Amino acid sequence: MFEVFSFGSSGWGDEMLMGALMTVLVSASSLLLGILIGIIFAACKLSNIFILKIVANTYTTIIRGIPELLVIYLLFFGGSGAVMYIAKIFGYDGYIELNAFTIGTIAVGSISGAYSTEVIRGAVNSVHKGQFEAGKTLGLNGYGLYGRVIFPQVARIALPGIGNVWQITLKDTALISVTGLVEIMRQSRIAAGSTHEPFIFYTAAIILYLVITRLSNILFDKAENTYSKGFVSKGAL
Amino acid sequence: MRFELMYESFFKIIEGIPLTLQVVSISTVLGLALAIIVALMRISGKKSMSIPAYYLVYLIRGTPLLLQLYFVYYGLGQFSFIRESILWPILKEPYWCGIITLTISTGAYSSEIIRGGILSVSKNFIEASGALGLNKIKTFLLITLPITVRQALPAYGNELILMVKASSLISIITLMEITGIARTIISKTYAPVEIFLVAGSIYLIINFIIVLAVGLAERKLGTVKAN
Repeated sequence: MFEVFSFGSSGWGDEMLMGALMTVLVSASSLLLGILIGIIFAACKLSNIFILKIVANTYTTIIRGIPELLVIYLLFFGGSGAVMYIAKIFGYDGYIELNAFTIGTIAVGSISGAYSTEVIRGAVNSVHKGQFEAGKTLGLNGYGLYGRVIFPQVARIALPGIGNVWQITLKDTALISVTGLVEIMRQSRIAAGSTHEPFIFYTAAIILYLVITRLSNILFDKAENTYSKGFVSKGAL
Repeated sequence: MRFELMYESFFKIIEGIPLTLQVVSISTVLGLALAIIVALMRISGKKSMSIPAYYLVYLIRGTPLLLQLYFVYYGLGQFSFIRESILWPILKEPYWCGIITLTISTGAYSSEIIRGGILSVSKNFIEASGALGLNKIKTFLLITLPITVRQALPAYGNELILMVKASSLISIITLMEITGIARTIISKTYAPVEIFLVAGSIYLIINFIIVLAVGLAERKLGTVKAN
């Protein structure tokens, strides 16, 4: 029964592991893109400029109210067109096709960005007002205030939330298998189709996802402990 | 922007609304029943009950819904004993596979919400009802349950929205609901932005109605201080 998972050309073991690696890669790059988007839109939401608030609120409402699959279809079918349109403005007239990895990262990244926005906004809000005031009193502004004083505190508070976003992002990457990127989901479909053993390959895919979530849970717990040094632990409260 | 196309496709896409709502409501009701059972199993204090419930939730929350859907739709049909069993007329239909998968998924997620709600009921209430002579079943039905419903309602509203979103996945196993129809039109007309706007607005309206309904229910029931 398990010979289908042998390595090399006769089995699917190495292909499935490569698929798992692709899932981790595309999830990680989507998470990073999402955090970047999250920082920008959290800043918009916290700003006093009305139009920026509207833009950020519209973005998070749309992403949280519309199925992920629809967003992925939009970017899969419309992504290249949009990039070509932008390129045209800058004077490039050729044909641009984005690969599945880029499209997938942009699609899942913009979904994960909406969740990151809320996590980061909440974390910034929970930093004590006195920290901002003290920083300003010390003559810090811009990078000095936000980069050296506020960011380290926000990062610590946001870490558990980002851990949740990571889990959501990881599972959302399964959807980009419909666009042809060969990650766990796509690979197990291909293998199931060619061996006529769907049960065993989908079971293998389930196990791979569970292993990835378990390992990343351990890593996030470790990171939380590292960044919470000097703070009262949850158990002590 | 091709407004005419948007206008035409709107009438095609709304034909998918009944299927979306049907699948969502059937699996929500069945899933809620499952969720209550799983939540009671987890807080039962008996290891033989709580461990299977814990692993079910762990399994469902740790894997993508699409994979669960493939597993039920393609994976189970591999075995001849399933194909020959009395369940096969149900398991061969993508409609029922979608409902089964969504039911189990929402059952696992909501069981955590319900468990949180039950655990938030103060011990004092339970003791007081015991002192008043109510037995365990009456205490659960008359004291624990009403408080749990109020506690769990906001989080459960979120779960309902997630269900509407999740139901879009059944389009991948050939069911023509909102997303399925939208996808077909996109590949025919190659107008992703227009169709996205139409289908997306329909989802937003459905979810907005859910938000309003849950808000209304919350206000009607009033909030209760759990302790």
